[in-house]
Amino acid sequence: MNTLLVVIFSFGYLLLLFGVAYWAEKRSNQNSNTLKPYVYALSMAVYCTAWTFYGSIGRVADFGPDFLAIYIGPTIAAPLWFLIIRKMIRICKAQRITSIADFISARYGKNTSLGTLATIVCVLGVIPYISLQIKAIATTFAFLVNHPQHTSSSTNISLLSNIPFWITVLLAIFIIIFGTRKVDSTERHEGMVTAVAFESIVKLVAFLVGGIFVVFFLFNGFDDIFSRAAAIPALQKSFTFDSSYNYTDWLVMCILSMFAVLLLPRQFQVAVVENVDEKHLYKAIWLFPLYLLIINVFVLPIALAGQLLPISSNFEADFSILSLPFVYQHQEITLLVYLGGFSAATGMIIVETIALSTMLSNNFLIPLILKVTPFKKIFIHKVERSIKNIRRLSIILILLLAYAYFAEIAESYSLVSTGLISFAAVAQFAPAVIGGMFWSRANKNGALLGIISGFIIWFFTLIIPAIIGAGLLPKEILSEGLFGLGLLKPNQLFGLSAFTTLTHAFFWSMFINVLLYVLGSLYTKSTNQEEIQAELFINVSKYRVAYETSVNRTGQIKIKEIKSLMEQFLGQEKTKQLLTHFSRRYQLNLLQEDANADQRLITYAEKILSGVIGSASSRILIESIVKEEEISLNEVVEILKESQQFISLNKELQQKSEQLKKASDALELANMQMKEAEIIKDDFLYSITHELRTPLTSIRAFSEILYDNPELDTLQRQQFLATMIKEIERLSRLITQVLDLEKLESGKQSLHHQEIAIKKLVEDVLHALSQLIKDKNITLSTSFPEHIPIVHGDQDLLSRVVNNLVSNAIKYCSEKDGEIKVMVLENEGCIKINITDNGEGIPDKDKNYVFNKFYQTENQTKKAEGSGLGLAICKKIVELHQGEIGVVDAETSGACFYFTLPIEIIS
Amino acid sequence: MSVAKKVLIVDDDPAIVMSVEFLLRKAGYEVFIALSGTEAILKIKEHEPELILLDIMMPDVNGYEVCDFVKQSEAYKHIKVIFISAKSKDEDIKLAYSKGADLFIIKPFSTRRLIEKITALNKEDYKTIN
Repeated sequence: MNTLLVVIFSFGYLLLLFGVAYWAEKRSNQNSNTLKPYVYALSMAVYCTAWTFYGSIGRVADFGPDFLAIYIGPTIAAPLWFLIIRKMIRICKAQRITSIADFISARYGKNTSLGTLATIVCVLGVIPYISLQIKAIATTFAFLVNHPQHTSSSTNISLLSNIPFWITVLLAIFIIIFGTRKVDSTERHEGMVTAVAFESIVKLVAFLVGGIFVVFFLFNGFDDIFSRAAAIPALQKSFTFDSSYNYTDWLVMCILSMFAVLLLPRQFQVAVVENVDEKHLYKAIWLFPLYLLIINVFVLPIALAGQLLPISSNFEADFSILSLPFVYQHQEITLLVYLGGFSAATGMIIVETIALSTMLSNNFLIPLILKVTPFKKIFIHKVERSIKNIRRLSIILILLLAYAYFAEIAESYSLVSTGLISFAAVAQFAPAVIGGMFWSRANKNGALLGIISGFIIWFFTLIIPAIIGAGLLPKEILSEGLFGLGLLKPNQLFGLSAFTTLTHAFFWSMFINVLLYVLGSLYTKSTNQEEIQAELFINVSKYRVAYETSVNRTGQIKIKEIKSLMEQFLGQEKTKQLLTHFSRRYQLNLLQEDANADQRLITYAEKILSGVIGSASSRILIESIVKEEEISLNEVVEILKESQQFISLNKELQQKSEQLKKASDALELANMQMKEAEIIKDDFLYSITHELRTPLTSIRAFSEILYDNPELDTLQRQQFLATMIKEIERLSRLITQVLDLEKLESGKQSLHHQEIAIKKLVEDVLHALSQLIKDKNITLSTSFPEHIPIVHGDQDLLSRVVNNLVSNAIKYCSEKDGEIKVMVLENEGCIKINITDNGEGIPDKDKNYVFNKFYQTENQTKKAEGSGLGLAICKKIVELHQGEIGVVDAETSGACFYFTLPIEIIS
Repeated sequence: MSVAKKVLIVDDDPAIVMSVEFLLRKAGYEVFIALSGTEAILKIKEHEPELILLDIMMPDVNGYEVCDFVKQSEAYKHIKVIFISAKSKDEDIKLAYSKGADLFIIKPFSTRRLIEKITALNKEDYKTIN
């Protein structure tokens, strides 16, 4: 095939990937959520690398159906994700964890050495795996452009090695662009994830097309292939489990793949770090196993076809899917399959490198820099650029290492075995990670011992033999054991010879790892910080909200120092935004920058920074500026409980503030009423002046008339003078009443309480008014009960009430046959006094207002001689005696005014 | 002297009515009296006075309403209206003038000034007519 064509296709595909990532990043602002769960599930299929695409087929040729174990493991484990990955997601969100190394470091007290150790394990364990992807790209590329007969020879690859190198470089650029756009690595790489999901589709489609071509075009369906393969005993072994089958290996591979799908840096990246919403996990739980199932349907038939068709026997078994369409001259299918394999490999490289570079920079390089004072100064000075550069450097470093490994060592290994070695490496994290999420006693020492021991055994039992195989170490170590000790043979450690290399390595590494992890945790003491982190991890759901409000340090630092630290990492804008959000959430005043920072703020800042530089680095940084005192776990747990209470208290406070709002509303209302009262008072004053002006008018007019007209006759003079006197009396009465009312209303009037004989009081008033009654020919009748209870009250004031009401009755009763009834009776614990006239009565609409000041009814045709205050004064007096006053229609015509006095008045 | 001019006094306070009646009779006017708004309207229709002295605060039909009746009717709008009221707020006075009042006198008033003003108003009337 034309070299240029393949190069254009490869680079074109990478450009397309750029496009997809760029498009997704643009689109991420629009927040369309319907596709996101699928993108998430598909991005998890980054699990399927070139190993799945090519390696599985080759594996069938040598080991039969055991390739399936790698997919059955995750499928069996998928339902458990609900428990484990969901918890991981929650922990990572709460603590802003960005990688598996960060996770381990954070769980065990944000311990730097653990983070570094985990990073080393990952880098050493996974780089060969990356380099194998490069190898797959290089090999398939060479296969297409070279004469096919020479694919398995290494000379051609070195000739063309510049192509895989340039692909590596291009990938590095891609990863730098989409992996280090944002400093905060907890901010998600949406573009990258979408590109990876896209790659998952491409590789699936390509593989299915290749499979369909082989099964339905080269053969007549599955039946055809399997029946023909069954006829050959050597091939029959490939798809049956016979008695010689190694079930232990099968089991080990299942377990390893279960761990790998959780713990491989790239899997942790897509499943946990890049998770936007934990609900997306529920979709992935069934979609991901389904994907694994579909992509494996054609593995067996293709592998068998590769061996059944003699023409392809020249080629490496791994690449049957590519060689079959190639030798049968189907260029389009060949190219598509090539792209599928290319996408499987690049997807893995991209995500793995991003994950590893985050680790390498956050858990290895940055802590290292922070420990060296001069570097630290430079770092903090130009922190954002430094972080980006460190991360870019990490990416380049990782890819260079992978390329170097590919160029020097990878030749001698198949895709699958290298993959399994990586699986075995990250499996060393399993006890520390899974144990750490559920076992509170687990501590740093246990984790360190477990991982170190497991890693050493892994290295000794899997890597040393490889190095020996490459001729870099003497072969005697294999046969005689290290230092000639028989117990230290890499393949038969401590004399154990029953297992295959992989199982043997798995058994010893995991056994020692778990043993030391448990013993180390049980027999060494945890530090406070570890206990706090353990509590936060294991009970993450409980503390998710309370996390920041938990105080786990006692140091002192000023707000402005925290602020400037955050600004260096996140920029002024973002810092301001975060701090505003924070201060609003906890109702803290952060404007007093010279004040000591609240402990919650320090924890918050540490959490935010850990998203940028990892939890260990962030802790070192915060520690270096905050002088701390030790604080015990019990205190922290107490504090956490308080935080919980604080949250409920907050709710209470909210309720209180609602009540306060109600109170202030009520106050506002009262204020309005007060204003209204002021208006009423103004009106009252106005009414008084008006009422004063009227008599003054006639007094002035008459005095002027008398002055100007000395010739007036005596009769007229007498009439005018009499009117003047009457008006003057009216004036003084008005003034008295205004003062009386003012006194009553302001409460300055003191009541002279005494026992009152109501009957005598009423009779006295009637006696005083008897002349008026007689003048108007009014018939007066009275009625009293036989026994009147004694009431208490102010004799003078009550007399005025009766006087006023009777006077009104006299004034308004019928002109001709005036009739007034005064009736005293006992009613519901009160004395009730009714005064009834037979005048025109009071219209219903006025009944409520007649007791108001200066109120005049509309049909009040003759100007009342009163001031307009009489009834208002009566009302006030009765109210002061805790009685009631009112008016109803009389039984015939006229009005019936009444008032009551409680029999028991407690003065 | 021409035929005595007819003046209607409208006020619900008898003492005031009594004093103003005396003053106007002495000044040579023919005087009619109304103690309420309704009575005023009846007396206007009955006697067609040239001048009305009008109180505002009256229980049934108030002074403003009487003024409206006068100034909005073709037959009576030539009648001069002088408000005599204890109401003394600016807004009350403005309202009165907006309803077509010719004068507003605040209680209590000087009797001499009252007669002077009434006389002046009548002379002005003569001038415009002749």
